[in-house]
Amino acid sequence: MSKQNIFRRVLDFYITGFKTMTWGKQLWVIILVKLFIMFAVLKAFFFPNFLNTNFETDTEKSNHVIEQLTNPNK
Amino acid sequence: MLEGIDLSLVNWSRAQFALTAMYHWLFVPLTLGLGFIIAIMETIYVRTGIPEWKKTTKFWMKLFGINFAIGVSTGIILEFEFGTNWSNYSWFVGDIFGAPLAIEGIMAFFMESTFIAIMFFGWNKVSKKFHLASTWLTAIGANLSALWILVANSWMQSPVGMHFNPDTARNEMGNFWEVLLSPVAINKFLHTVTSAFVLAAIFVIGISAWFLLRNRHVVFSKKSIKIASIFGLAASIFLAWTGDGSAYQVAQKQPMKLAAMEGLYHGKEGAGIVVVGALNPNKEYNNSDDAMIFKVEVPKALSFLGYRNADAFVPGIADIINGGYTYTDKEGNLQTALSFDEKVKRGKIAIQALADYKKAKDANNDSAAVANKRLLDNNFAYFGYGYLNKPESIIPNVPLTFYSFHIMVALAGWFMVIFAGALFFLWKNKLEKQRLFLRLSFLSIPLAYVASQCGWIVAEVGRQPWVIQDIMPTAAAISRIDTTAVKITFFLFLIVFTALMFAEIGILRKQIRKGPDLEDEPEKAV
Repeated sequence: MSKQNIFRRVLDFYITGFKTMTWGKQLWVIILVKLFIMFAVLKAFFFPNFLNTNFETDTEKSNHVIEQLTNPNK
Repeated sequence: MLEGIDLSLVNWSRAQFALTAMYHWLFVPLTLGLGFIIAIMETIYVRTGIPEWKKTTKFWMKLFGINFAIGVSTGIILEFEFGTNWSNYSWFVGDIFGAPLAIEGIMAFFMESTFIAIMFFGWNKVSKKFHLASTWLTAIGANLSALWILVANSWMQSPVGMHFNPDTARNEMGNFWEVLLSPVAINKFLHTVTSAFVLAAIFVIGISAWFLLRNRHVVFSKKSIKIASIFGLAASIFLAWTGDGSAYQVAQKQPMKLAAMEGLYHGKEGAGIVVVGALNPNKEYNNSDDAMIFKVEVPKALSFLGYRNADAFVPGIADIINGGYTYTDKEGNLQTALSFDEKVKRGKIAIQALADYKKAKDANNDSAAVANKRLLDNNFAYFGYGYLNKPESIIPNVPLTFYSFHIMVALAGWFMVIFAGALFFLWKNKLEKQRLFLRLSFLSIPLAYVASQCGWIVAEVGRQPWVIQDIMPTAAAISRIDTTAVKITFFLFLIVFTALMFAEIGILRKQIRKGPDLEDEPEKAV
């Protein structure tokens, strides 16, 4: 059997699986809504990576953390 | 040294992490344990060909799917928090934390997402044996994912296999295998997953008991209870063994946590373990009040379990602060414990050495850099103490740790009674007539979650003030961000996760009420 056929069969397997879902569709809606809230809302607006946002290079990040560690009240 | 840090920021950041971790852990243990129970049921179906086992497998697989779908990716929030709220920590731990989490992510994605699809979509589309292999691999994959998370957590409890690079302010992995195979990691992994097996077994027994109480699906319920009881009892025995191993590691690596778990303020030789007791709320480490209002204890058991010697000295909270007692270090050498003050002194030397090293490097003063690097290396084991001033700061919340530990242990014992009772009544063929036992079995489902959460409270509250044991206190790990932002996201998570929890309970309830399908529906996926 050719590789394409195997690929096609795997694809058909997933397509048929999703098409014949019954109550599982409700779960997929929950999963998609949850992922949207997590990545498009929470991650994008509330959880920027502090070091990546405020510093550009690894050296700047290191210097900041060393400053924080050695002079935490600053 | 941390006087200038806004404590409300530290506390809200901790609260937020605790909230998300605890909600995440509501979903994880059922996935870890139910996966194996399903795999065992399907194995029986494949070996015997009896269709009832297939229906039984499919019903529990449905509940597994609901729990998996609702819980999947709730742990990602924790990784968001590392980057936003805990940036000093995230940078400081470097690849030691990043490597296991990356492996977990890849493994979870490829193993679980591939085989779980075959598990749900593959009935009558792939061979029975291939489907069975997929079910086993889903269960194994989920547990292996947990391994990497628990390895990372264990490193925080007992940092090994790394060295600190003062140029980058990062800990670098020196020995991957030392991190992966540290006794703390092995015990934590085995103890955590077996606790998940127990939770899942109680879940299966509880739901099946509910069917029996309504005289529905009697054969299905008894088959389910039989598998879950055997699985749960075996897991419970293993849980007790791994719990002993975990407590032994705590005694060696985190004696303050052990002292808090047992409410032991003043150490002694031949220390007993508290079976039941109530803490004296007025007790301080430096007053002479009794630590307990009352207690029932097993003499010498704490010494034996913690040090494998019934007469060994177990240090209490005051001893750990004052130092002066002898203990055996990692290399097996007898050492005298340093006092809190001495550790603080060494910690401050380490922090100053890091600052001076940095200045020396910036000034191209190599000899000063070498001298300060040596000073830093020699005192790095106490680095975190340099941020602390008051002895009380190294005492975790004793009541929360003590009661969580004892509730967890008591419930683990109760679950063994449920497993043994279920097997006994099945053997006597009287299970469906034991109404009280069935009710208690059903009511044990939330208790399994309580026990599981208590385990994490012991592990995480008991190790405070450390985010990395002895090296980084929690207050030094946080990002200097606006406390209001942390408060807002705390309540956002509370709303989102509570909604998810109710969604799960609602969908589970609906499917459980429907019960297992009497007619097999091979063409339907899930």
